[in-house]
Amino acid sequence: MNAVFKRELKAYFVTPLGYVFIGVYLIFSGAFFYLFTLTSPTPTPGTGVADFTPMFSLMFFVLMITVPLLTMRLFADEKRSKTDQLLLTAPISLFGLVAAKFAAAYTIFLISTAVMPIYGIVLSNFTEVSRRAIAGSMAGLLMLGAVYTAAGLLVSSLTENQMIAAIVSVFANVGFLFSSIAAPYVGIGFLADALRSLSLLERYDRFTIGLFELENALFFISITVVLLFLCVRVLERRRWA
Amino acid sequence: MIEVRNLTKSYGGVKGVKAVDNISFTVEKGEILGFLGPNGAGKTTTMNILSGYISSSSGSAILGGIDVLEEPIAAKRNIGYLPENPPLYLDMTVDEYLRFVYELKKSKLPRNTHLNEICELVKITDMRKRLIRNLSKGYRQRVGLAQALVGNPAILILDEPTSGLDPKQIIEIRTLIKKLGENHTVILSSHILPEIQAVCDKIVIINKGKIAADATATKLSEGFSSKHRLVVEVKENLEEAIKQIEKIKGIKSVTSEVTLEEIFLKLTAGEDY
Repeated sequence: MNAVFKRELKAYFVTPLGYVFIGVYLIFSGAFFYLFTLTSPTPTPGTGVADFTPMFSLMFFVLMITVPLLTMRLFADEKRSKTDQLLLTAPISLFGLVAAKFAAAYTIFLISTAVMPIYGIVLSNFTEVSRRAIAGSMAGLLMLGAVYTAAGLLVSSLTENQMIAAIVSVFANVGFLFSSIAAPYVGIGFLADALRSLSLLERYDRFTIGLFELENALFFISITVVLLFLCVRVLERRRWA
Repeated sequence: MIEVRNLTKSYGGVKGVKAVDNISFTVEKGEILGFLGPNGAGKTTTMNILSGYISSSSGSAILGGIDVLEEPIAAKRNIGYLPENPPLYLDMTVDEYLRFVYELKKSKLPRNTHLNEICELVKITDMRKRLIRNLSKGYRQRVGLAQALVGNPAILILDEPTSGLDPKQIIEIRTLIKKLGENHTVILSSHILPEIQAVCDKIVIINKGKIAADATATKLSEGFSSKHRLVVEVKENLEEAIKQIEKIKGIKSVTSEVTLEEIFLKLTAGEDY
């Protein structure tokens, strides 16, 4: 498991993929910080505290499209180049394999996300900054990244083609977004409720306004676990096909 | 060491195509078993099942006393597998790759000496710093073989280990497999008859997923062939030798030939051949 994790992590920097992801992440977060926090005419109305909500809120959409870049290769490429034969005939468990790949992609995400608190530190020299709001938003961002990484990993295990993996992952992530948008248009009550409760955006937005609710945290974590479990089942099923 | 009982694999459900149909055979410790058959006979499928890459539809495969299906992780510790296409990461150097495999297999052997030994054995020591992407097919095949040897598994499963190699390399790999057979139990597949004959103690011929014959090489040739050939290497004075042999009772015909293979080997190997 450790071997796979190290290999995957290194592979992100052998190909430009890791650099591209981190670069895109920094460009967008930097731009949002500049446009909506640093140069916004007033702080959060009436409080005099710097407002980070728009920056974190918009990162939702950036991750939706960029995290699939990290995950598309993970299983699809192994299958295409038949190196999955090495991994699946090695004395390691499927869960260990999936966990190692998840951990490698998530580590790249963590490296990029580590920049976010720095914006807060910089700004705290000039105005009042709510540490709690930033901590809450960070927690949300970390959990959102985990869900997207797990979703991308699952999609990657379903295909041999990296591009298809990336595109389908983006669509899956958009699907999570649309479930809340579509909810009001669904006539049936319980179905609308179900769709709304699946929405990542609404739950994520609660974090960005500085509210840490256990219910939402548990939702993100359990969705991640379910997606990883499904990924293990996909690999298992392929042996039986 | 290896016990295969009524192994069946059908693709696409119970009524689907049977790639392997109710085969059974055993391999004793230290034996080299040759798996012979035309393309599409089910050789690769059988090997994939033995290595734990895919599961069987029914039947069992017991390697080193452990059922692959029931205790996959324990069984896989005893197996080194070289699939048809060597599973190589092209973006790694040979050294990085072998170290990765070493960690993946959680080998307890001293790493550097163990990997050095393997590289010497398959003759890739000079290539260790090269990217696998830049290696020729023959060298890739050897790296694949090296990968199977990491961790010194008791059982080696080699799917067409000599495919893509030149005649000199084929002979080297054959000699190597024979040598490995002294300490390992080996299953190897091929559709090249002389290769199997040269290396294997025991032969299983498989056709359309079923076992057509299962015996030692000599027994097979006794049972099936009415024509026997004897190859004689002549040191000097070829014509005289032919005359002498023709005199022996029971000799049907004598022909002398130099194969292209011999010429190739002589020209490429230089003095040491």
